[in-house]
Amino acid sequence: MVFKNLTYKTQRRIIIVAFSIIPVALLITFAYLPVFNMFKYSFTNWNGYSKTYDHVGLENYKTIFTDSKYFTVFKVALYYFGATFVQMGLALYFATILSFKTRFKNFFKGVLFFPFLMNGVAIGFIFLFFFRADGTLDTVLQFIGLGDFTQGWLLNPKIINISLSGASVWRYMGFNFIIFLGAISSIGKDIYEAADIDGANRWHQFVHIIIPSIQKILQLNLILAISGAISAFDIPYIMTNGSNGSNTFVIQTVTTAFKYNKLGMASAMAVVLLIIVVLVTVLQKALIKEDK
Amino acid sequence: MKRNRTLLGLMALVLVLTMVAGCGSKNNNSNEGAKPTNSANTSETAKPEETAAPEISGEITVITQRTDIVDTVFKEYATEFNKEYPDVKVNFQGLSDYEGQITVRMNSNDYGDVLLIPTSIPLADTAQFFEPLGDLAEMSKQYIGLEERAVDGKAYGLPTAVNFSGILYNKKVFSDAGITTAPRTPDEFLAALKAIKDKGDAIPLYTNYADGWPLTQWEAVLTTAAGSVDYVNIDQVNSDDNFVPGKPHYDLYKIMYDAAKQGLIEPDPTTTNWDASKVDMANGKIGAMVLGSWAIGQVQALAANPDDIAYMPYPTNAKEIIMPLADDYTLGISVHSKNKEAARAWLDWFINKSGYPTEQAGGMSPVVGAELPATLKQFEGTDVKFELQTPAQAGQEGFVDKIDKDAEIGLWQPEFKKRIIEAGIGNLKDSYDDIMKDLNDAWVKSRAKVVK
Repeated sequence: MVFKNLTYKTQRRIIIVAFSIIPVALLITFAYLPVFNMFKYSFTNWNGYSKTYDHVGLENYKTIFTDSKYFTVFKVALYYFGATFVQMGLALYFATILSFKTRFKNFFKGVLFFPFLMNGVAIGFIFLFFFRADGTLDTVLQFIGLGDFTQGWLLNPKIINISLSGASVWRYMGFNFIIFLGAISSIGKDIYEAADIDGANRWHQFVHIIIPSIQKILQLNLILAISGAISAFDIPYIMTNGSNGSNTFVIQTVTTAFKYNKLGMASAMAVVLLIIVVLVTVLQKALIKEDK
Repeated sequence: MKRNRTLLGLMALVLVLTMVAGCGSKNNNSNEGAKPTNSANTSETAKPEETAAPEISGEITVITQRTDIVDTVFKEYATEFNKEYPDVKVNFQGLSDYEGQITVRMNSNDYGDVLLIPTSIPLADTAQFFEPLGDLAEMSKQYIGLEERAVDGKAYGLPTAVNFSGILYNKKVFSDAGITTAPRTPDEFLAALKAIKDKGDAIPLYTNYADGWPLTQWEAVLTTAAGSVDYVNIDQVNSDDNFVPGKPHYDLYKIMYDAAKQGLIEPDPTTTNWDASKVDMANGKIGAMVLGSWAIGQVQALAANPDDIAYMPYPTNAKEIIMPLADDYTLGISVHSKNKEAARAWLDWFINKSGYPTEQAGGMSPVVGAELPATLKQFEGTDVKFELQTPAQAGQEGFVDKIDKDAEIGLWQPEFKKRIIEAGIGNLKDSYDDIMKDLNDAWVKSRAKVVK
């Protein structure tokens, strides 16, 4: 056979190429090619279906950074950014507690992870009922005697973003939680035992054993959560369609592309978002490296 | 061991080769592959019987937005149609998000034979995608509402129905509050809403803010606010003052703002629900909604006493009350259709003989001389006029849309209406005049670009 006569090195190469060609081909077709096209469209005024379009150079980018309409929506991302830390804190808290001996451990794990498995649209509708006037939240507040605190949760422009980022925390916390839990459970039992013998309490164990051991995972989760905050989309889009001051950058992009048929402009916005996310990630990596 | 590795290598190679081969023949497969998927939701297909009559034959795909009736009513249509054209096989595809899905598909050549012309396709681009149906002047003798999709004297789309626009209201709610005649002017209308609010049984005016799209229905009554059929396509395009006080747009949305400001709309607009609003109106919990005529039937069907659900023109200070007639979706034929004759046969049959325009779309038939629907008969003998808008002047076709898109005003989008309501209920600091000024500035800027 021909293959047998080849040297081991060549055989290895052939196999590596053979196995990787499919995923690489898929990756190029479905990830890099569309992104490349997006860059291309971002320099045009294409409307999404016409067969012809003009190249407009950097016009689209200029508009994004000069027209306040496009850039002020990043203010809303700050709410989701803030919520990120609440989300991480909660996830870490629950993961730590459930990694110790707890009653109904698996039940609680399931309960906490469940929201992440649910369809985003369903969650949007659940929270729409939750926040509506005399809805679930108001009823519960009245029941426990906090009726004075009821609000127009989505009506009041000052708290609408807090309500929405709250829903977002509920949805994504389970994901962070399960990753933390996995990382924490990989810490050896003997380390805890040694700590117990040395007289460390749970808090000491958390600060001096758990946190250092999962630092890498903590960073990863932070990067995921922050880029998620910048590109927040599904919850506000389904619940409010970006109205009443809850417009995010991605919703603005979708509106530009599909309501005003400015696909070129929207591509430019997507490119800007991509660059921001890459920048944030790089920055974060650089900062954390200095710590060490 | 070594043999195993050889085998492994071979298998890997074979695997890759089959994948590559699979990719290569993809093009051939995809055409055939499309048919079985289509036939999953196709209609009853006609048995090609040996009838000599019409020569037209072939297979056509009809794409519709009516997912609710695509498997029921449309199948019956196909059966009826096949009695006349037994050699034509009609397949249906229903798209739930019609505008969104069809514009993406129109980047390819495969977007069915007969389809609704998406409103987002600019008039000037129509010929790239659709087949001309005939001479506009010639066809106008037979149909109304062709102007909306006519370029260079050729008609490209037949309206599936002709709708009229105004206010849907619950007569009983109004009469319980002491309002027995439909208010004619904005002041009378707001006073009537106030009376309903004071009575306290119903929400006077429901905006459906959260769903968004019902807000776009307001734009349809611009002609009534203007009191002139020329305003929308002619006066508007040739004026820099589109949103200034005294102009139709200003008057039109002032009612929305004032109602919001005086608390005459739903208490929490951010959590409204369209389907619930229909039931509430039918049960007398909502006084009025600004909606097209297509909604009349839907709400009447839910009401215990359908006669309570009535329709009135939008309140206006104009001398004449004109209830504007406008096309529902227009139906066209793809330029890439392989069976254009069969597609044309279906199109003509569907508009003329299926009964769709009145029975399913809830509007008027676009056929000249067709009978008026029952909801319109109440206006016979009053000073309310029903008229189509004048089409744009030659060379200015589609300008309103172009200016609108470029300026990102969104005449037919909910955004600025939402802003008006938010300002009305005090969520925004902007005044009504601020919003109108922003819109007018954007209009002036883009109009300068488009109208040269």
